[in-house]
Amino acid sequence: MENPETMSDPRPYEALIDRLGTELVPVRRLLPPWLRTAGWLLAVAAIAVLLLMHYGADPMLRRWAGTPDLGWAGMGAVITAITAAWAAFALGVPGRRASWAWLPLPGALLWIGASGLGCLRTWVAPGTQVASMHQSADCLVFIISFSIPLSALLIVLLRRACPLRPVLTAVLIGLASAAASASLLEICHSFDAAATDLVTHALAVAVVVAVNAAMGGRLLSKA
Amino acid sequence: MSQTLTATGFMGLDSGLSRGMSLVRTVPVESAAASISETPDQRRAAWMAAAQAGDRRAYEKLLADSVALIRAAARRQGVAQDHLDDVVQETLITVHRVRHTYDPTRSYDAWLTAIANRRAIDALRSRGRRDSRELHDEFALDSHPDADDASAATESGQRAQRLREAIAELPPGQREAVEQLGLRERSLSEAAELTGRNTGALKVNLHRALKALRERFHGEP
Repeated sequence: MENPETMSDPRPYEALIDRLGTELVPVRRLLPPWLRTAGWLLAVAAIAVLLLMHYGADPMLRRWAGTPDLGWAGMGAVITAITAAWAAFALGVPGRRASWAWLPLPGALLWIGASGLGCLRTWVAPGTQVASMHQSADCLVFIISFSIPLSALLIVLLRRACPLRPVLTAVLIGLASAAASASLLEICHSFDAAATDLVTHALAVAVVVAVNAAMGGRLLSKA
Repeated sequence: MSQTLTATGFMGLDSGLSRGMSLVRTVPVESAAASISETPDQRRAAWMAAAQAGDRRAYEKLLADSVALIRAAARRQGVAQDHLDDVVQETLITVHRVRHTYDPTRSYDAWLTAIANRRAIDALRSRGRRDSRELHDEFALDSHPDADDASAATESGQRAQRLREAIAELPPGQREAVEQLGLRERSLSEAAELTGRNTGALKVNLHRALKALRERFHGEP
């Protein structure tokens, strides 16, 4: 176990401790993870309100009433966005357990499962059509272009934090922003969950997560 | 409101877990400071809270007190005895930089240990990189059993052999440039004639080859 001779001998570090002591200034404590998550969700909610004002809630509700699995998928995306953002903020605090990274899993399973189920349906959701490849590309652009500012906001909110696992945190940032973008897409989405659409959604989420993992990890690792 | 409740519920669970862990970790330190009713972890948490507000005395006591915990964490990660000091220094500097991320309602020891573990892993990784380079040299040594490392002559012979191996691994254009201009000491125009390349390309290739060899034998340029 501990060697008593080497256990508490701070003398070799006296100079360093002294220097850090002279540099000490009062600091503003980091807000708790859930509060910072709420701040980010507020920005997402603001975008949602703008989209709802433009498109109205009717098309979305009609689609959900006709095909409950699309509603469940949307719900899953919202839950994934909330939990992934929360997990990212929690991992930005040293000493929090890495198992926080599993928090978005149930939401993600609901999201993926319900969307996959939509593909197996034989009827088409009311007021929608099956998207062509070209229209699916619009979904790709929508998810990716909304994910960029949402990821950037998360990274800014996390820069004062200290993510000891920068890549894992960046993956969660990507997941949170992609899920939030997919949730926002639900408001103005006029397509059913056909295989082409599902593939583009999955591709968009993968792109956003991968780009975050590659770049976000570097941006965050300074902490 | 319901969101607030779930939030504290989660954090309570988390802090309970980490506090349980840190109690196990600090048993030896605890026995050294038996007279105080609060645990050493709680004492350090209070010091850190004071330090966040700018209390220098509490801060210096806290840092001095943290050294043993950092050493223990680094040793558990497998850091060798003579590299513990580096990890302690790096950890103390990180603690200073991110002290605002500590939440006084949670375990200080768990917070500190997480940072110390990360710095220990960083130290092990950078050592690992250095070791792998040294291993490479050992491999070269083993592959030439005639070598007697006591004699300077064989040592220089080995160095030449390593250099030959390194040259052999260069891209063809660069290898050609080194062989013609460097080893056979041909002039640029002779080499250009022999290889059918223009002198400019040969010069560029030689320059690139030397850079690659320098990087290989002396680490980063």
